[in-house]
Amino acid sequence: MAVLTKEPQSSKERWLARGRRVYRWLTTPHVFLSIIMLAVMIYLVIIPLYRMVATTVTVSENDLRAIKDANVGDFTWYHWVRMLTSKIAKLMTYEPLLHSLTVALGATGFAFLIGGLMAWMVVRTDMPGRNTIHFLATIPYIMPSWTIAMAWTVIFKNRTSGGTPGLIEFLTGTPPPDWLAYGPVPIIVSSGLHYYTFFFLFISAALLSIDSSLEEAGELAGAGRWRIMRKITFPLVIPAIASGFIMTFSKAMGTYGGPNVLGVPVRYYTLSTMLKSNTSISNYGDGFVLAIVLILFAMTTVMINQKLVGTRKSFETIGGRGFMSKKVKLRNFKPILTALVVVFQFIIAILPLAVLLYSTFMLRSGNYSLSNFTLAHWIGTGEDITINSGEPGVLRNPRIYLGAWNSIRLSLLTALFTSMIGVILGYAIVKGRGTRLSKIVEQMAFIPYVIPGIAFGAVYISMFTKPVGPIPPLYGTFALLVVVSVAKHLPFSARTGVSAMLQVSKELEEAAAISGASPWRRFWRIIFPLTSTGFVSGFLLNFISTMRELSLIILLVTPTTAVLASMTMRYIENGNEQQADAVILILIFLVLIGNFIISRFRGGSLKKGLGM
Amino acid sequence: MQTPIIIKNLTKKFGDVIAVNDVSLTIEPGTFLTLLGPSGCGKTTLLRCISGLEDPDEGEIYIGDKLVYSHLKGISLPPGNRDLGLVFQNYALWPHMTVYKNITFALEIQKMSKSEMDKRVKEALAEVQMDGYEKRYPREMSGGQQQRVALARMLAYRPKVFLMDEPLSNLDARLRMDMRTELKRLHHVSEATTVYVTHDQMEAMTMSSNIAVMKLGVIQQMDTPDNVYHYPANLFVADFIGNPKVNLLTGWVSGKDNVDVGKFNVPVKTYNQTGDVVVGIRPEDITISTRSEDGGVEFQAYSVLPSGSDTTIIARKGDTELTVKENGVSKIKMDQKIWLSFVKETVNLYDKESGNLVNA
Repeated sequence: MAVLTKEPQSSKERWLARGRRVYRWLTTPHVFLSIIMLAVMIYLVIIPLYRMVATTVTVSENDLRAIKDANVGDFTWYHWVRMLTSKIAKLMTYEPLLHSLTVALGATGFAFLIGGLMAWMVVRTDMPGRNTIHFLATIPYIMPSWTIAMAWTVIFKNRTSGGTPGLIEFLTGTPPPDWLAYGPVPIIVSSGLHYYTFFFLFISAALLSIDSSLEEAGELAGAGRWRIMRKITFPLVIPAIASGFIMTFSKAMGTYGGPNVLGVPVRYYTLSTMLKSNTSISNYGDGFVLAIVLILFAMTTVMINQKLVGTRKSFETIGGRGFMSKKVKLRNFKPILTALVVVFQFIIAILPLAVLLYSTFMLRSGNYSLSNFTLAHWIGTGEDITINSGEPGVLRNPRIYLGAWNSIRLSLLTALFTSMIGVILGYAIVKGRGTRLSKIVEQMAFIPYVIPGIAFGAVYISMFTKPVGPIPPLYGTFALLVVVSVAKHLPFSARTGVSAMLQVSKELEEAAAISGASPWRRFWRIIFPLTSTGFVSGFLLNFISTMRELSLIILLVTPTTAVLASMTMRYIENGNEQQADAVILILIFLVLIGNFIISRFRGGSLKKGLGM
Repeated sequence: MQTPIIIKNLTKKFGDVIAVNDVSLTIEPGTFLTLLGPSGCGKTTLLRCISGLEDPDEGEIYIGDKLVYSHLKGISLPPGNRDLGLVFQNYALWPHMTVYKNITFALEIQKMSKSEMDKRVKEALAEVQMDGYEKRYPREMSGGQQQRVALARMLAYRPKVFLMDEPLSNLDARLRMDMRTELKRLHHVSEATTVYVTHDQMEAMTMSSNIAVMKLGVIQQMDTPDNVYHYPANLFVADFIGNPKVNLLTGWVSGKDNVDVGKFNVPVKTYNQTGDVVVGIRPEDITISTRSEDGGVEFQAYSVLPSGSDTTIIARKGDTELTVKENGVSKIKMDQKIWLSFVKETVNLYDKESGNLVNA
């Protein structure tokens, strides 16, 4: 018969026992993985952020001329003083900040209006063709965010910034006014039209999940329709609106493509374009001050938003259960409203592509007549130096093929690593639920979410210019693009991973543990097979979202690591507009192929994975 | 062959909540012990601590003569090394594997030969009357069938100890009855030490050789089903066990072998208690009569609830209410006058302050 242990005698025994307990804790699979993930995230997120802050308060070689009696590496407030209080502060910081806020708020509000209205009409009225409308609503988001901006310039540009006339001027003879051609209005409209998908999907899902008995109860209590809307329906969809707001705002705040295409030609700088112009002349100290300002603003907004709405979980409430609900009858307005919605969707989904395609067939930019038709931008040999600065047509251009190859392999690698990290994060977070460690891991994985894309890219400039530990300097390499994309996708990894792991009830793993299976065996035989479908669709979504990513990598690409997305910007800056349009069409084509595979893979809906 | 389980001063906390509070317990070899209690009483946590799925904070656990957990020695064997099997409430069959694969999962880990595995699968499925289901997937079977397969999965690798965590609570009433029969039979044949967790007192009463009633992480009473029912160690156990519920009346000692509960006296066995007490009387221990000549205390039938095999009568006298159970269909009508009498051997006496049983 067993003898029960009394208090151990010696302190040596006590230490031994303590050591065994610590060892056991550390080798618990979820603890072990959490610690590894924490190390990875500290390395990918925290250290780069720290380095960026450090760069802004350190004297660099470029600063020696401006700061007297300083040595490289000294501490200095020079950049902060210069960017926040000097004479150029208004031009360098405050105006771009104001512009960024204007554009982000404007785009968010505009996207909310359209998305909310469409969601309401599709879910709560007897409008026909809701599936078609639903499908069309996802198209603008599938395309790169600056697609509409590029189409906008083809149609509305005037000759204010030099260059060639747009379609409107060609057709009517009068140039569109400046406010319509460039600046905040077109940026807001073009990005709003891109991001409205968020609001549409979230709000329609939320509306679908509202039990109409709640509204009926209001009706029985004698409330009018407007009152019910205001007092019952609206508060119930607030979490969905808030999710849409967080996503759209933080994305719009850091977006680069639209403001570069529509703002820079008239010197309407936002923080993102100003940041780019500073870093492209190696003025990192100043640039990073802007990046930090950008991050702080995006973070505060998200935090205020979460405070107001209360719970961070709110943005996970996607996917309704579909209660029966009374539909508003549109009566006579039905055909008109339906036609309006369809025409609107057609305009924002199809028209930009048509315009871009048309422009690629124009020999000389600005002449929209058929006599100007050419295939030179697609298959030209590049012998005529006056066309595209002598570059061959995109289908014959080795640079384009290199860019396409870079795009594809960047997306593949990012998706691969992101899925792998997702498995680990999901396991670590779900198995550790309730422990402090799990909470820390989850929260840290959330950080990149509130850092706007271009600022996140900026963070990485300072990180990898010199070797860090065993890692060689990565600046200018293709690997850096992969690293930054994977890091930026961490929140998405965590979310996919957690939701996939939650599908597997914990007893399934416990049953295997009781049977004597090692953690490794449990993973490969039980957990992996049961979660793999979730990860495959996560993989594909990451693939297409990396493919159309621009803001994140624009500061990090070099001519040899350029991807299609960054090439469109380069061609625009060089004035080769048709070339740029052709490249973005190729990019869209690749994205559509990826999207087609996804819809084949899981029956159509983009809803679940949308949004990072 | 048979394996005892010894638990010493086991404590498990979740944050500030103490799920298992300094529990010491010896489970004799071959016992069918049921951990019974309301939800949140710590019964499942205790079971999971034994299984190794949960790491306790204090104490020691022996399974046989193997020390599987000791806080002071820093030892905790992984579940797979504890020689036990666990049946889960939700079956926990691996949905991507056939019945055969589910059962052989553990056997493969033991590097068993194919022919031996085939034999074990056949035997185990026969034992739970699921012959021929090897190729099915879990989703192709009913809940009852899945639970039988889960049982077979455990039987196939022949653990020394069986652990069961509310294995019947996801089944419908009829299946539950069948499975009780089977489980009890299984224990009778295998004589493996079994720890069974349930909140269902009928399950506990019908199957166990011993019941441990738990509340707030502490074992209130551990005894045979018979003793737990007839001599509940305290008011909590008395109140928790039994359906319809026990009658509890507050009173004070009056005379030699009587407790004055206000409007009448209840006879009790000898006592040496003074002050406030509570008497506990099972509904079926009260004799009911329609004639005053038979003696007893006059009540009025407030409600009569026949259920076929027996009838529950709610009797009232002023604000005192008693539940009485009569066999068969009662002839008593609602609002009729009735006379109730008590047998002192069946009345339990509790100290009001501590709630503990005082007579023996």
